[in-house]
Amino acid sequence: MFKYFPHTEEDIKLMLKRIGLKEIDELFKPIPNQIQKEASIQLKEGFSELELVRNMQLISNKNKHLQVFRGAGAYDHFIPSAIYPLISRSEFMTSYTPYQPEISQGTLQYIFEFQSYICELTGMDVANASVYDGATATAEAMFMATSQTRKDKILVSKTVNPSIIEVIQTYAKFRHIEVVLIEEQNGYTSLESIKEQEDYAGLIVQQPNYYGLIESYEILSNIVHENKGLFIVNSDPSTLGILKTPRSYGADIAVGEGQSLGLPLSFGGAYVGYMATTEALTRKMPGRICGVTKDIDGKRAFVLTLQAREQHIRRAKANSNICSNQSLNALWVTIYLSLMGPSGLKAVNEQAYTNSHYLKEKLLQTRLFNSVHDDNFIKEFVLEANFDIKQVEEKLLEKGFLTGLNIHDNKLLFAVTEKYGKEEIDQFVEVLVDVVR
Amino acid sequence: MRYYTKTDEWVKVEGDKATIGLSTHAVEELGDIVFIDLPSVGDKFDKGEAFGAVESVKAASDIYMPIGGTVVAINEALNDSPELLNQNPLEQYLIEIEGFDVSELADLKKE
Repeated sequence: MFKYFPHTEEDIKLMLKRIGLKEIDELFKPIPNQIQKEASIQLKEGFSELELVRNMQLISNKNKHLQVFRGAGAYDHFIPSAIYPLISRSEFMTSYTPYQPEISQGTLQYIFEFQSYICELTGMDVANASVYDGATATAEAMFMATSQTRKDKILVSKTVNPSIIEVIQTYAKFRHIEVVLIEEQNGYTSLESIKEQEDYAGLIVQQPNYYGLIESYEILSNIVHENKGLFIVNSDPSTLGILKTPRSYGADIAVGEGQSLGLPLSFGGAYVGYMATTEALTRKMPGRICGVTKDIDGKRAFVLTLQAREQHIRRAKANSNICSNQSLNALWVTIYLSLMGPSGLKAVNEQAYTNSHYLKEKLLQTRLFNSVHDDNFIKEFVLEANFDIKQVEEKLLEKGFLTGLNIHDNKLLFAVTEKYGKEEIDQFVEVLVDVVR
Repeated sequence: MRYYTKTDEWVKVEGDKATIGLSTHAVEELGDIVFIDLPSVGDKFDKGEAFGAVESVKAASDIYMPIGGTVVAINEALNDSPELLNQNPLEQYLIEIEGFDVSELADLKKE
């Protein structure tokens, strides 16, 4: 009945008979009664399928379907329906990591394709098979930089998402790496603040930054390279469908969160991090790299090309011990990108750009908000509200809208994807004005 | 003349400089070498300290200093073509050092 269970009833009976027991529970007899009692979990009898479905529906009915005007690292993009039936195939959905990798050609192929997409989007030479999420990818990039430059100081712009900065600081703490936060000026990384620094492993910035702004990455890159540091860029990969690639302005390491490429918000995870770098730094990159070659008969074959050997036999000296990837989510991204293609991804961003600029304009027209930064943004922007944010946020939730994130003081960080056009935006603004007054 | 360590490195002293490499035996045992991780010029190591690593299709292992000293040159050719080490381990040094103490050669095996 269950193809995952290796033993049939017959097998189990035979095994029990051989060791002289009647039922499986007898196997646990040697455990003292007291411990068994203490450890006993009060589990209800199993549900029937009908009861289970009903129960789950009751729980899921508590979810609200909201119109989302918030991002801050996770974005409500449209998800093509073709992804679900493909991703749900058991070969993908339930297969475990292939410890003899080359026997799983299909897995290696989609990882290879994922890497190829990441290289194309970032412009970098090599990408790995993915890591847990965008924040840990950024922290791993820091390790690459400190290892390569043999310096233990890393600069991080304050315009990077604060949750990413927290992960960087956690990773840095236990490696005794000094994290220097670089001041911001009007929402942009302060060049003066970087110029005060020297002798550092690299600088971490975000594209677009936490406030949705597109910074002068080429200038930042040049300053860092003059100081022999590495330039690390955390990019929203969806926006790379329209923005300059990190490589084009000299990034040494490109990392980011892949959620914006077709993955659902799903309460904050699981997502997928990507990492890409230059050929020179390939050996410093954690995780795995899949490659393509020819087998003994000259047929195309996918192989595990590179994994830092340290991870197996010189573990204490390894630059990173990350061996895992987010395989299913990497596949998710791969299917999404293959469905969208370059023109589709461009269109998504053009619409996100138009929609987000339209929302900013409309919100400013209500005179309930003040402008905070300039208009050099895509998808996300910050406005200062002159009303009680908390109350309005709750009322909007009741009306089915998730408004911008309160980032500090009375500032809200709004995001609009291609999913919400003029009609939805007009409606949202109308309701918001209603709620405030 | 080369001096050998128990961990299969060799050192050859010429004036105030010394080159360090891997023994023919070590290279044969490792098989096809695919990557050599070398230190930077200016790095200083004590005798017995690991200064780099070598990776082959079969294994990866640290490389240790036969005598202490400061790195003044590395064999750049090995970065691009690590297989040179398989072809001629005694000709292909890994690093060149200065500022060593010849008395540290005493416990090494002579060629």
